[in-house]
Amino acid sequence: MKKMIENTIIAKKTLAPGITSLKIYAPEICAKHKAGQFVILRGWPGGERIPLTIANTDRAKGAITLIFQSVGKTTLQLATLAVGDRVLDMAGPLGTRTHIERFGTVVCIGGGIGTAPLLPITKAMKAAGNKIVTILGFRSRDYIILQNEIEQLSDTLIIITDDGSSGQKGLVTDVLQQLFADGIKIDRIMAIGPAIMMRAVAELTRRAAIPTIASLNPIMIDGTGMCGGCRVTINGSMKFVCVDGPEFDAHQVAWDEVMQRLRTYKQHECRALENYQQNQPERISYAE
Amino acid sequence: MLSKKERLQIAPVKMREQRPEQRIHNQNEVPLGYSPQEAILEAERCLQCKNAPCINGCPVEVDIPGFIGEIARGNFSAAFFKVSEKNVLPAICGRVCPQEEQCQAECTVTKVLKSAERSVNIGKLERFVADYAREKGMRPRVAHQAKSGKKVAVIGSGPAGLTVAGDLARLGHEVTLFEALHVVGGVLVYGIPEFRLPKSIVEYEIDALQQSGVGLKCNYVIGKIKSIKEMLREFDSVFIGTGAGLPRFMEIPGENLIGVYSANEYLTRANLMHAFDFPRSDTPILSGDTVAVVGGGNVAMDAARTALRAGAKKVTLVYRRSEKEMPARLEEIEHARQEGVRFQFLVNPVRILADQNEWVSGMELVRMKLGEPDSTGRRRPVVVPGSEFTMKTDLVIMAIGNSPNPLLLHETPELSINEWGGIIADPETGATSIAGVFAGGDIVLGAATVILAMGQGRRAAQSMHTYMMHSNGKKV
Ligand SMILES: Cc1cc2nc3c(=O)[nH]c(=O)nc-3n(C[C@H](O)[C@H](O)[C@H](O)COP(=O)(O)OP(=O)(O)OC[C@H]3O[C@@H](n4cnc5c(N)ncnc54)[C@H](O)[C@@H]3O)c2cc1C
Ligand SMILES: Cc1cc2nc3c(=O)[nH]c(=O)nc-3n(C[C@H](O)[C@H](O)[C@H](O)COP(=O)(O)OP(=O)(O)OC[C@H]3O[C@@H](n4cnc5c(N)ncnc54)[C@H](O)[C@@H]3O)c2cc1C
Ligand code: SF4
Ligand code: SF4
Ligand code: FES
Repeated sequence: MKKMIENTIIAKKTLAPGITSLKIYAPEICAKHKAGQFVILRGWPGGERIPLTIANTDRAKGAITLIFQSVGKTTLQLATLAVGDRVLDMAGPLGTRTHIERFGTVVCIGGGIGTAPLLPITKAMKAAGNKIVTILGFRSRDYIILQNEIEQLSDTLIIITDDGSSGQKGLVTDVLQQLFADGIKIDRIMAIGPAIMMRAVAELTRRAAIPTIASLNPIMIDGTGMCGGCRVTINGSMKFVCVDGPEFDAHQVAWDEVMQRLRTYKQHECRALENYQQNQPERISYAE
Repeated sequence: MLSKKERLQIAPVKMREQRPEQRIHNQNEVPLGYSPQEAILEAERCLQCKNAPCINGCPVEVDIPGFIGEIARGNFSAAFFKVSEKNVLPAICGRVCPQEEQCQAECTVTKVLKSAERSVNIGKLERFVADYAREKGMRPRVAHQAKSGKKVAVIGSGPAGLTVAGDLARLGHEVTLFEALHVVGGVLVYGIPEFRLPKSIVEYEIDALQQSGVGLKCNYVIGKIKSIKEMLREFDSVFIGTGAGLPRFMEIPGENLIGVYSANEYLTRANLMHAFDFPRSDTPILSGDTVAVVGGGNVAMDAARTALRAGAKKVTLVYRRSEKEMPARLEEIEHARQEGVRFQFLVNPVRILADQNEWVSGMELVRMKLGEPDSTGRRRPVVVPGSEFTMKTDLVIMAIGNSPNPLLLHETPELSINEWGGIIADPETGATSIAGVFAGGDIVLGAATVILAMGQGRRAAQSMHTYMMHSNGKKV
């Protein structure tokens, strides 16, 4: 049998509209991965380096799973790769590992695509003996991902949608408030999703003084601490998310700045997307 | 044969350059190189000093009179073989070495004529022979020793790592080079711009390494994917050359506004990711009509000149000391000035200002004056009270220095580091606090130069060779 080449896509699934799961052969990264870590990949020559969280690993096959939402040119094009194709470059596992400990009751909150990075963390928290309460928020029923996987790890799973097409209608913070009202003792909260959601969670839990960890997703290039593009202010001092994070105490994050900086290339991103959609190249392939 | 006096009378041969008005609209190299006639004429200026003081100024000890003598006789191939005995990256050094502080500072002609500008142009001649060899497709002619059976890991592919890899491969060891980024070359590819060091040249020199049997592994962030401990199980010795890739910021208000870049990020987007080809290349970069660059070293000059090429109408470099203290190479300052970069000396930003959308709109600065000399011997700048003023700008690029890259060091607590975060290594051997682990280049020196990094690599390679051949394969 021909030896499998690293970075080859060995399985592909569409989990929801615009959300793709790629299982990629990367035995060394797989062997080293710990919850909370990510890779930086570059799909093709001339491609951008983008960070994606390792959502799952398959040690037997030496493969990692990346789950991403197509929001712009790079993630759209990435979704056109097929089984047998290769991503050109992939470095990892990057970032610090999630602090895992037996805390007691851990509430895991995922918003949309944030559910994917939440999966390995939930798994590790469960394995450490925590009681897991998971709150997942999605746009609508069609966008629900990883429900079965998360359900297996959770003592309680609550799904809500923006439009009420599945579960309650509302926001993850509504559920969190309900948990507070019910007097449930919460020892730690992990929140991953859009910055606006993480900020809202942080505001709520600050008042309740519950330790809350958020995973930040700034724009990155190298992922090795070399460019400073991913910098954020944490408790008044400058941190580089790629090496000091991506997880930080949500109560110490300068959220406005995080959101501000994500808008840096708005115009460029729109141009890249239009350009891509107009001149969509033939599907590129790197199968050997 | 020319007499010494006749030689001293030959005027230094200037290298032709692209005109400033033209070159700010392209990425092509600025100096165009010597013709064979120009190179021979310049080579005739060398006095062929018996004691060759120039060699003392070269950290890798290139046989300077030897190769220049061959040029003077028109034997360009022989000149190249001489250079490449000692220097694995001659086309690069000929371009970016601060020769006026290195080999040329020691040159007898410099001393006799009492003028740094009239020294023998050793670097330009070195560039000439390396370019000649590349155009002819020539490769260094070096004997490779028999296979030693020893395995070496080199971490980081900047000039320090490349030198170690080249030297140890020649000595018969099996070398694997690990690089975190997707291309090999370190600062040579992500930092120094195309117009100063064409990337095709770096590729050619790296190709030579590969031909000599060095294995290249890109996308390996050592410390994350493999620890030093694990590497020592796989390899007989390890070299760390991870560079000074941690950008410093000023820690002033407004530094995280949109439109503030570190020079590393700005240059990486431009050089490594080809952001100027956007959207043909996928990585974007912000552009502005007016750009302010903070700093006074080579990095600041590169950022300022890159901004001009990106279409900025006005680029101002602000530096907190006076022109005399600027650490950049004279040639770079001169090139920047010819291209229209403006300089403001003795000023320092205290705050970056924003418009209503939190985009950079300007800077508030203070004037400085020079006080007592500091530990480096340069006069320390002090703030002139009440001298605040503002300056409009669309982009700010911070080029105030880089510190040793801490990523690998954080993951390797056994490694002793100094107060600036660099690895403590024996200056003679490169040995670190871990047996079998050696280090050199910017990770040890702090941000220094290509040739100093190479010099450290050269010495480390020697001691790694000795270490491996005398430890009988046993881990000490
Ligand atoms: C540590 C880390 C882990 C990540 N893990 C995942 C993951 O597992 N799955 C996943 O789908 N995404 C993840 N992201 C986000 C992902 O990197 C971006 O969505 C991607 O880079 C967008 O590239 P693009 O060219 O397709 O879109 P662009 O054209 O760059 O952007 C399109 C839109 O997406 C927004 N955007 C751009 N970059 C980011 C970003 N870094 N985070 C959030 N929004 C962004 C822009 O504001 C814009 O609205 C992660 C980011 C980080 C920093
Ligand atoms: C913009 C700029 C202009 C310059 N101009 C000049 C000049 O004109 N003349 C001159 O002499 N010097 C110049 N310098 C300085 C010179 O480039 C450096 O001194 C030299 O490159 C240092 O070499 P190095 O091998 O120590 O490290 P670097 O060139 O920094 O290379 C280190 C490499 O290690 C990699 N790395 C880091 N961490 C890891 C890890 N954990 N695992 C794997 N790989 C890792 C990095 O990605 C990088 O590729 C300039 C520097 C800059 C930034
Ligand atoms: S390598 Fe640098 S210092 Fe040595 S001779 Fe060449 S230019 Fe001079
Ligand atoms: S010191 Fe100057 S003149 Fe003398 S050999 Fe060296 S380069 Fe030639
Ligand atoms: S991505 Fe460059 S420093 Fe974090």
